[in-house]
Amino acid sequence: MSATSYIERYQSIANELPGYNLPWLNAVRQLASGSFEATGFPSPREEEWKYTNVTALEKKLFAPSSISTPSTIDKEWLETHVLADTWTLVMVDGYFDSKLSDLVGLTDKVIATGIAEALQSHPDRVKALLGTTLEKESHGFLAFNTAYFSDGAFIEIPANVKLQKPLQILHISTRNEALANTRSLVGLGRNAEAKLIETFIGLPNISYLTAAVTEIHLAENAVLDHYKLQVETDKAYHFGGVYVKQDKTSHFYQHNLSFGGLLARNEIHAELATAAECEMNGLFLAKNRQHVDNHTLIHHVEPHGISRETYRGVLADRARGVFQGRIVVHPQAQKTSAEMNNRNLLLSEDAEIDAKPQLEILADDVKCSHGVAVGQLAAESIFYLVSRGVDRETAKNMLTFAFANEMVEKIGLDSLRNKVQDHLLNIFPQTGIRRDWL
Amino acid sequence: MLKIENLHVRVEDKPILKGISLHIKPGEVHAIMGPNGSGKSTLSHVLAGRDGYEVTAGTVIYKGKNLLDMPPEERAREGVFLAFQYPVEIPGVSNVYLLKAALNAVRKHRGLPELDAFDFLQMIKAKTKLVEMDEKFLYRAVNEGFSGGEKKRNEILQMAVLEPSLCILDETDSGLDIDALKIVSDGVNSLRSADRSFILVTHYQRLLDYIKPDQVHVLAQGRIVKTGDASLALELEERGYGWIDQTMGEAA
Ligand SMILES: Nc1ncnc2c1ncn2[C@@H]1O[C@H](COP(=O)(O)OP(=O)(O)OP(=O)(O)O)[C@@H](O)[C@H]1O
Ligand SMILES: [Mg+2]
Repeated sequence: MSATSYIERYQSIANELPGYNLPWLNAVRQLASGSFEATGFPSPREEEWKYTNVTALEKKLFAPSSISTPSTIDKEWLETHVLADTWTLVMVDGYFDSKLSDLVGLTDKVIATGIAEALQSHPDRVKALLGTTLEKESHGFLAFNTAYFSDGAFIEIPANVKLQKPLQILHISTRNEALANTRSLVGLGRNAEAKLIETFIGLPNISYLTAAVTEIHLAENAVLDHYKLQVETDKAYHFGGVYVKQDKTSHFYQHNLSFGGLLARNEIHAELATAAECEMNGLFLAKNRQHVDNHTLIHHVEPHGISRETYRGVLADRARGVFQGRIVVHPQAQKTSAEMNNRNLLLSEDAEIDAKPQLEILADDVKCSHGVAVGQLAAESIFYLVSRGVDRETAKNMLTFAFANEMVEKIGLDSLRNKVQDHLLNIFPQTGIRRDWL
Repeated sequence: MLKIENLHVRVEDKPILKGISLHIKPGEVHAIMGPNGSGKSTLSHVLAGRDGYEVTAGTVIYKGKNLLDMPPEERAREGVFLAFQYPVEIPGVSNVYLLKAALNAVRKHRGLPELDAFDFLQMIKAKTKLVEMDEKFLYRAVNEGFSGGEKKRNEILQMAVLEPSLCILDETDSGLDIDALKIVSDGVNSLRSADRSFILVTHYQRLLDYIKPDQVHVLAQGRIVKTGDASLALELEERGYGWIDQTMGEAA
């Protein structure tokens, strides 16, 4: 088994890939393709992929969709996933769909479009951003993505612009056995401010592969709230990476909500310059045979950076979870403050979690802490609820819901928080919790 | 209401209750006093149905039914309520949500329909007034970050909402300031009725100034060693438990 079948598929549509006429991009793609050919998808032999085996992908062969045969999307279904009062960029099977997108009223100072289109209209801007956050990264999925991305979002918010409404990138998969491979680029100029939501969904019951890479560059003092809501189908494979380069005093607030997918790998990596601030919040839920892997990495490369990371996981049935959180404080990064906390709830004896915090501290004047906990619901809490007349099952569900909901409550965006709570209620239908009681 | 006969209970192979008998009629208030570690909370927990206690002998009949056969949620629905000595903090579950879930479970058991949102809110607001609690507490997570006294008041709020038949208050008066003690006692007194009984576990005669008990029992080393009327509490306050040890010694 190897990656060659994927490579062959893509070679046959090479001249459909965006920017195929741009020599610099072709060179980048060729390098990446060569690297992917050599390594294939990541293997569990690699330290960073120890707990997640994606070799199944090489046996399955998900096929890239062609832009020439677009799917029709049921509008009503789509509406249920669009957040109210946002500008939206819709990606269907890996291609930007301008008709489904809504950017009405967005100031023309901002570029927000598909990357294929941006390569036509602003090739230099794309060139300036593409790959800049991936210098410290390398694995088969990234090479694969660079070599073959079919489209993605391109968002550039110039200096001093503060977006009035959030932007939502809605990634939709519509075809069974298909593959959506997108690269999105997000750049915020000095003092710019924005909120960005990336939502991943698929039509009910289909099996597919999402490979989505988002590169984010935050210039000095820029502020970005980034939310990732991964609610792929329970037969989907999801690889989603978010890579952030933070210039000095910039702020990056991230919420990683991972509920769907048969196998999901979320990578959130950030590199912080002087006095930059980074917050990473994560909630992952898995049941049945779902496998969810969260891989976070924070590089403090300059002094006075602040990072706070809080992840919670809930695993039921035979689900498997991974939290690999790494913080590297480089020698120059004095006065860094870094906190990491990960708590996991195992709801069944067959559920498993690998929780691996890693702190590499190479500076001496820093404040760093980390804590990891794995446990079951507290018996005394269950008894307290039961002693009030609530049945055991409901009591457990209430406590589980509460454990997860505490992370959801941190979401500052009302419309998204409500949507996420809806998802939670669906995942724990037995709670009997109703919206109006929350 | 409640008939405990010769109850023996072990915890992790250690005998804690060694033959308790106690009869409580509807409308009665029984106080249980006794030294630390004598088994008062153990008795309360066994009545509420907490895991980890092994009943090795004896029976508990509540309203004619075998209480020990019922799972704890059923006891609660049948009207047994325990105000915990150490109320548990439940982060993420709001007070109002727990009250609603509990009340509906109890009402369902009694064949009553769910209260609609309006009636529920009216009722809850009235009850928070009764225990002089700020309504803000309703929307906070259950007991999370509550002061000791606030937690105790919250227990009484839950009791007032659920309207149980048998109320067991395990040291609800401990840690209350003088005003709060009065408020909690007033709350309890307002709930007193001909078909509702109370077990008050307490270390202090002070509480019994506010809530007058029909009987006072002294629990020591897992046994009820003395039973009397309200004046027994006064005597204990004056003379301590040593005096009882003596009388026990004489009896033996
Ligand atoms: N889980 C347990 N394991 C071992 N011993 C226990 C356990 N629970 C209770 N005990 C013991 O049982 C005895 C009675 O405890 P209990 O809490 O009932 O006392 P109490 O009368 O309520 O005391 P206090 O006045 O301090 O509240 C104590 O000696 C206690 O240490
Ligand atoms: Mg006690």
